[in-house]
Amino acid sequence: MAACTYCSAALLVILSSLSLIILLNAQETTQIPSNPDLPVNTEAESPNTAPETPVEQEKQWEPTEVTESTPEEEDAPVAAESAPPPGTTASSAGSHSKEDFQEELVIRPLHSGDIYASFQFRTLWETDFKKGNKVSHYGLFPKSLGQVISKFSVRELHISFTQGYWRTMQWGQPFLPAPPGAELWVWFQDTVTDVDDTWKELTNVLSGIFCASLNFIDSTNTVQPSASFKPLGIGNVTDHRFLRYATLPREIVCTENLTPWKKLLPCGSKAGLAVLMKSEKLFHSSFHSEAVHIRPVCGNHQCTTTSWELRQTLDVVFDLHTSGQGKRGEMLRPLLHAERYVAGYGLQTGEIHTLMYNQHPYRSFPVLLLDSVPWYLRLYIHTLTVTSKSKENKPSYIHYQPSKDRIRPHLLEMLVQLPPNSVTEVTVQFERALLKWTEYTPDPNHGFYVGSSVVSSLVPSIVAMDTNNTQDRPLFSSFFPTKEESSYFIRVYTEPLLVNLPTPDFSMPYNVICLTCTVVAVGYGSLYNLLTRNFQIEEPSPGLAKRLANVIRKLRGVPPL
Amino acid sequence: MGLLSDPNRRRALITLLTRLNAPICVVCYMAGVAWFMGLAFEPFTLRTYMSENAMGSTMVEERFPAGERALATGREFAARKRKAGGMPVDWLVKTMQDRGLEVFTQRFSRTLPFPDENKERYMVKGTNVYGILRAPRAPRTEALVLSAPCSPGDNNNQAVGLLLGLVQYFRNQIYWAKDIIFLVNEHDLIGMQAWLEGYHHTNTTGMDWSPLQGRGGSIQAALSLELSSDVVTSLDLVLEGLNGQLPNLDLANLFYAFCQKIGVLCTIQGKLQRNDWDSVSGYSHAVQTMMLMVMKQASGRPWGDHGLFLRYHIEAATIKGINSFRQYKTDATTIGRLLEGMYRKLNNLLERLHQSYFFYLMPSLSHFVSIGYYMPAFGLLAAILFMRALDLWVQLTAPPPPEDGVAHIKQSSPGVLSVLTPLVISHVTGVALYALPVHFQEVAVEHFPVSETEAVVLTAIAVYTAGLALPHNTHRLLSGEGTEQGWRVLKLVAVLYLAVLLGCTAVINFSLGFILALTLVPIAAFVTPHVPKVLSAFILVLLSPACTLLFSVFFFQELQEMPVSFQEGWMLFLSVISQGILDHSLYGSLVYPLIALLIYPCWLLFWNILFWN
Repeated sequence: MAACTYCSAALLVILSSLSLIILLNAQETTQIPSNPDLPVNTEAESPNTAPETPVEQEKQWEPTEVTESTPEEEDAPVAAESAPPPGTTASSAGSHSKEDFQEELVIRPLHSGDIYASFQFRTLWETDFKKGNKVSHYGLFPKSLGQVISKFSVRELHISFTQGYWRTMQWGQPFLPAPPGAELWVWFQDTVTDVDDTWKELTNVLSGIFCASLNFIDSTNTVQPSASFKPLGIGNVTDHRFLRYATLPREIVCTENLTPWKKLLPCGSKAGLAVLMKSEKLFHSSFHSEAVHIRPVCGNHQCTTTSWELRQTLDVVFDLHTSGQGKRGEMLRPLLHAERYVAGYGLQTGEIHTLMYNQHPYRSFPVLLLDSVPWYLRLYIHTLTVTSKSKENKPSYIHYQPSKDRIRPHLLEMLVQLPPNSVTEVTVQFERALLKWTEYTPDPNHGFYVGSSVVSSLVPSIVAMDTNNTQDRPLFSSFFPTKEESSYFIRVYTEPLLVNLPTPDFSMPYNVICLTCTVVAVGYGSLYNLLTRNFQIEEPSPGLAKRLANVIRKLRGVPPL
Repeated sequence: MGLLSDPNRRRALITLLTRLNAPICVVCYMAGVAWFMGLAFEPFTLRTYMSENAMGSTMVEERFPAGERALATGREFAARKRKAGGMPVDWLVKTMQDRGLEVFTQRFSRTLPFPDENKERYMVKGTNVYGILRAPRAPRTEALVLSAPCSPGDNNNQAVGLLLGLVQYFRNQIYWAKDIIFLVNEHDLIGMQAWLEGYHHTNTTGMDWSPLQGRGGSIQAALSLELSSDVVTSLDLVLEGLNGQLPNLDLANLFYAFCQKIGVLCTIQGKLQRNDWDSVSGYSHAVQTMMLMVMKQASGRPWGDHGLFLRYHIEAATIKGINSFRQYKTDATTIGRLLEGMYRKLNNLLERLHQSYFFYLMPSLSHFVSIGYYMPAFGLLAAILFMRALDLWVQLTAPPPPEDGVAHIKQSSPGVLSVLTPLVISHVTGVALYALPVHFQEVAVEHFPVSETEAVVLTAIAVYTAGLALPHNTHRLLSGEGTEQGWRVLKLVAVLYLAVLLGCTAVINFSLGFILALTLVPIAAFVTPHVPKVLSAFILVLLSPACTLLFSVFFFQELQEMPVSFQEGWMLFLSVISQGILDHSLYGSLVYPLIALLIYPCWLLFWNILFWN
């Protein structure tokens, strides 16, 4: 645990000098021998002696100190002596696959005085899960996920669990954005025939792996975005029939999700940066987000082979205000941010407002807005308005899939051009549906959640973030692809919404049922009876003589008496 | 229901009801009033109890330590306020920011339809400052609000101080699951209205406000704090909101529970509760407390800044610090601890407050009367209307000579017109009463030596009085002679109309419905064209809505133990009318339009019947 104490000491140093940004770029080298379960063929890379300056758009900070976990090498007798340059892989590994593991911790003082810690663990494995290729020997790559990939023919899998909301206005952009709750999006191989079934099974399996309520993902909260979520790995299939996207905004993230997440690491939480992850500290924070991203990437520079990349990220923001070290400043002006709220009052109708801010002084840029709204908010799509600077701003692309009650949600995607230095407001009215009484949650008066909207955009910047070359750079600077040199990709999530639906009084169903039935049976029944019955005064029944007389008269053909 | 289906038995029942109609009506009226008065008798009421489990058994500890510092902040706020001559926006923003909140401001402006002489304002411009304490690891879906008004003069400085003190304390706690919004609103209700409209992006009253920059999701509950002295003797809870809406009873229970726990004297309607319910004075004390609540609820005004939250289904109450001459004093730390406790429990809520009652009356803070208990009092009064309607219906259909059917139809066909004309005329008068006062104030000011406010009020009274003198016997022009049949049909319509009106009003605002029923039901019961004209006209005027209001003003002053002379009472009456009109245009209170557009025309119909011949 020397490494641990060392790192804590380093952390202390960092915390005391808040203006520093620390890069803990520890390669999976020294800890391996201490864990006999691990194969020895993991690559050994020399630590980056001087990692390149992470390029950040505003250049607010630069790494001024680099702490390595190399001193551990002295203690570890079997420290890997081979130190090939980064990017190349040790050939001593098994001939069938190359594996590579990198881990990294970025600690960054935020504008608001809070501390942002971002862990990234990347496992690269040159193997092929497709084409019925049975993979049975697992090294660094977690077997549970490998089996998921091969069984369900997954091409890309992105899952995140987040507790809290990323405060863009105070904290700037996160390295990897994630919406509150759970988010899952998966690209399947184009060989999958029944995507919906596979998706259903996959969510149930992942639910078990991550100990989360992902099994609540069903057709009513799954959508197929047509443009917002493109594959991040190699491959050219972009037919969105093979894409599934779902969020569970209500999912609460806690240690039971963190433990299985840590188990996916090669050494669990026994070695490396993961030893720093103490639950009681991680959850004593303002923001907590853990994610797993799996995608195929190029195995080499020429891209002749395919590797699978597993990225595990953990983002935490610690609140320093409580310890008296917080500082206050005015709000940031991030280039792009978005917020959303429900307008109106009463339980019949409402209006969803989504505000998107472009704070670039002179450049306008397009954004893709994705809204997935549950069916019980019946969107009136004819009331959709998009306004910027109090003028109508016609979206150049709208993809709308209306909901079907109890089957699928609304999906609204649109491409909107945001004028420079402006607020663009998207409003749409809705009606609140009255659910069937068994469809209410156990706490219906809490309200029903609507997942975050997703705003994806290529944001213009003076300094481009080149993410193609992932080998030489710190991990945090690269995930999303960039197309142009002058712009980089940003994804922003709005806050989820809590909407109250008209709710019956469940506290006294017996009384209500009794009363209603009584009113219906007695009141309505007899009133209806009175109103529709035709009253006639009944003649007293004639005597026997008269009846006889009438029979005779009838025989004679004269009218009866 | 065989009783009604069988013609013989039905006839017998109807004969009984018509023959005993008058005595039954009198009995019903007395029983209704007696029932209502009985509501305040303690053995007939229920003790309050916490229905919400999330707030019940979960104990919280209150540790707010910094009352003195909060008062110092309040003094600094007072100094800044005096210096700025209004809301010290920059200072508040900076202070809240220093204490770790996300701070936003909202500007608003509003021109009143006519000057408000009570508060001396006409063109109102102001700024609300609010800071959001973000709950750690909560996704901005739920929020609680604590507000304090920035009042003119030296009022409520301590409230703002305590609010800022709580900001500092709350910010350092980690247990918050809901965002907490600390709001300092300028121009009391107008600022609150602007903020709430901005937060929910609605515009019901035509106010100008700048959009809000920060939100915390759906607001679950709100408290408004009014505190004007460093120490208080008791805390008063104000519940009555716009249009007589009340917050969930659990909010009152929460306040009461913490007052008991911390040992703070608490009052409702400014009245302490007494234990001697079995003595006459104890009972009359409870009646007074309940009647005060009834009067306040019937007025339909928001009686504190919390009143406007209720429209948005946000449970809210105002807590007022009262400093009287009692010995026992409570300091700011204790009030801070009380608020801390309340917020921690509200923070524990899993759902909106919904378990307890929304319709209730409180004869004391520890007892309540639920809707199931008070509705029969109104039901007994409303029954009179249906009895009278039945009586009229029987009279109209009782002598149906079968061979005279043709003549009957002839007789009733001008009846439709003779009923319709007074209906239209009285409603047009109602529309005039609703619209003219505000729209003709300029003309009135030009021609008479009065101020705008006086012009509005006097125009309203003039239109009201002019309504009495309108040509009411139009049927004579149409059919030559007022027929017996004609007034009966008109009265039947009027009685049923009144029954529907009062019934709907009582469901929404029981107090208003009950007070109107108390005065209008006797009119509806006795008026015919055959009663002595002068005496009846006098009674009719005495029981008209305007006079009801006048009596209510005196009665209210009497209840508050601040009796007024007739002169003062009259001035109060005038200001109440202007306030009613202002409440309608500023906050959307519905009492004025209800009286002007519906109740008053209905009363005119009875006036019309009296002068039928």
